[in-house]
Amino acid sequence: MADKKKKFMQGNEACSEGALYAGCMFYAGYPITPSTEVAEMLSVRLPKIGGVFMQMEDEIASVCAIIGASLGGAKSLTATSGPGFSLMQEGLGFACIAEIPCVIVNVMRSGPSTGFPTGPSQSDVMQAKWGTHGDHPSVVLTPATVQEIFYETVRAFNLAETYRTPVIVLYDEIIGHMREAIALPEPGEIEVIERKKPTCKPEEYKPYAQSNGSIAPLAAYGEGYKFHVTGLYHAEDGFPTNNTKLIGEANERIVNKINKNADKICANEEFYTDDAEIGVVAYGVSSKSAKFAVKEMRKKGVKAGLLRPKTIWPFPDKAVNKLAKQVKAILVPEMNLGQVYYEVERASKGQCEVKGIFKVDTEAIHPNQIIEEIKKFT
Amino acid sequence: METVAVKKKKKEKPVPFDYSNYIRKGKLPHIWCPGCGHGIVLKSLLRAIATTGRPNDDFALVSGIGCSSRTPGYVNFNTLHTLHGRALAFATGLKMAKPNLKVIVTTGDGDALAIGGNHFIHTCRRNLDIVIMVYNNFIYGMTSGQFSPTTLPGMIATTSRYGNIDPPFDVCKMAEAAGATFVARGTAYHYGELEKILYEAIMHKGTAVIDILDSCPTYYGRFNKYKSAADMMEKIEKEGTVSVKQADSLPLEKLEGKLLRGVLYNKERPEYTAEYAKLVEKAGGSKPK
Amino acid sequence: MTTTETEKDLPRILIYEELCKGCDICAVFCPTEVLELKGNMMTVKNLEACTRCQLCDLRCPDFAIQVF
Repeated sequence: MADKKKKFMQGNEACSEGALYAGCMFYAGYPITPSTEVAEMLSVRLPKIGGVFMQMEDEIASVCAIIGASLGGAKSLTATSGPGFSLMQEGLGFACIAEIPCVIVNVMRSGPSTGFPTGPSQSDVMQAKWGTHGDHPSVVLTPATVQEIFYETVRAFNLAETYRTPVIVLYDEIIGHMREAIALPEPGEIEVIERKKPTCKPEEYKPYAQSNGSIAPLAAYGEGYKFHVTGLYHAEDGFPTNNTKLIGEANERIVNKINKNADKICANEEFYTDDAEIGVVAYGVSSKSAKFAVKEMRKKGVKAGLLRPKTIWPFPDKAVNKLAKQVKAILVPEMNLGQVYYEVERASKGQCEVKGIFKVDTEAIHPNQIIEEIKKFT
Repeated sequence: METVAVKKKKKEKPVPFDYSNYIRKGKLPHIWCPGCGHGIVLKSLLRAIATTGRPNDDFALVSGIGCSSRTPGYVNFNTLHTLHGRALAFATGLKMAKPNLKVIVTTGDGDALAIGGNHFIHTCRRNLDIVIMVYNNFIYGMTSGQFSPTTLPGMIATTSRYGNIDPPFDVCKMAEAAGATFVARGTAYHYGELEKILYEAIMHKGTAVIDILDSCPTYYGRFNKYKSAADMMEKIEKEGTVSVKQADSLPLEKLEGKLLRGVLYNKERPEYTAEYAKLVEKAGGSKPK
Repeated sequence: MTTTETEKDLPRILIYEELCKGCDICAVFCPTEVLELKGNMMTVKNLEACTRCQLCDLRCPDFAIQVF
């Protein structure tokens, strides 16, 4: 990439750029620290391309509006932080069951409740998976650099369109507000997936038809298909059903369309894991400290390695299990009191020791803290 | 007598309105209880839509949760049945993404004014071009009869066994105060008047709110000693209201305790999608699709 | 569906039995007392009195009655 394309930019700006690159034409949101810059930037940029920016009355309205806009055919986005993300959970569930693509950005801050609004945190990882009620699919991406926020936002839109499901981009206040040099790709340089629309006759259209795990195309309202969408369990034609067999199948289908494609959705960075004897599993801002720690340990001849999930849900079970097979211990540094830690423990299946490094004082985990823990296993 | 008979014979036979273009095949009977007025309201809406002459695909019906919110499932338009209270938020996104769609929200007193109150006032404030039909039957029917934000004081519901002490909202006053530019009240009993109001609401550019007095014989009626569905229509919808056109010529004592029917407020004010299109132009962008 | 039709000039009243819920609204508001509820089903009691005013149809919540 040419150097002139390099820009110095904040994580939240990179998120907006990624959304625009992916073809986002609709944003609805409510001001909340530390995500507001996404809204501010899109309020300037979207009108310039004929897109819609809306500041809604609250986060509930925001998530509902982006689902409504998506049914109008627009790729749509909202960005928020903990308290707003809590309010969005019911809408998120609607997008899951009605299978409406949309992207929700959660820039994590300290909680619970108002907590420490300007303080970073990684404590919404479990909420991103289980926040809405009922068994549901979860696709959650965890970028760790400003550049990666750009890429992962584009990928979030691509996954949302491919699987007809909401996708969450989850990063923390530090990366959201951190400034780094990033290169913006030219149009066409990275893949942008467009929504599959039906080509059948309107009377034959079944918005929830599926065979062998395929995902039905999604028509936009007002383009001739006149279909029905509901948050009730529904049959292939979209109309409510109380047939218990269909209900069971539908619930399994929306979960399996993600879980069975986990290999395609999961993406990890492996850093010195080939011959690692001590592993670190870290994501987001904590992975920056972890990477530094691994480098330092390698300099000292300690075979440490980092597995960094860019997709946290579905969880990278295979990659963690493989790492667990070869190492004495896996360390899990995260800015919460233990969330991904338990997942690593589960995926490791007792093959190695798993130890968490937890911190909730709103200051990033220092590389030395990780180095000290690694040393204990050397 | 003879003349009357001749007149009668000469009178043209009426043609019943054909709802088949608007009702989805095989979806009837609907789930509403015997005597529930929602079906009468729906029929008035369908006739009003027919009068516009616009194709079905030009319309989107969006709803939340509750009895009235089941409306979209029966009708042959673009239909969206969403979350409790959130119909207007979904409708706002849809309308902004597809401004050419005529978006109609079917909602109830609880859905629109309790859990959805915030979206209700803010949609009115923006004057977004959406028709909001509040099927107002003074009760939460779907959850079997709890008092709602429009239940009158003293009335009995499953959660107000000693008589309701919550003061009610006036849907129309609230809509007007919040900024809606077309505000009207109709009833299921006055089906023809309601049809005309709904037609005007659809043709109006801006937020149109229609408070539609409607009866729930199963709960509100039974708890509050109404004899039948027809009795409720008679007492609440017919005797409990006065047409705004007649109100001026009636003595004050005849208006006491009665709600006004008809178009209560109709003003021009910049509409949101039109304002947004101007904003796009100002920003140097192309007009949204 | 019940069809009531006697002579040519008399009104035709269609009551769709699969849709009628027997709420009685049509019968109560019929100005000429044409209709009568029997059990849970609306029936025509006095067709001759029908003026084809269609009030029954327009106030039927269930799409269950038509007059022509």
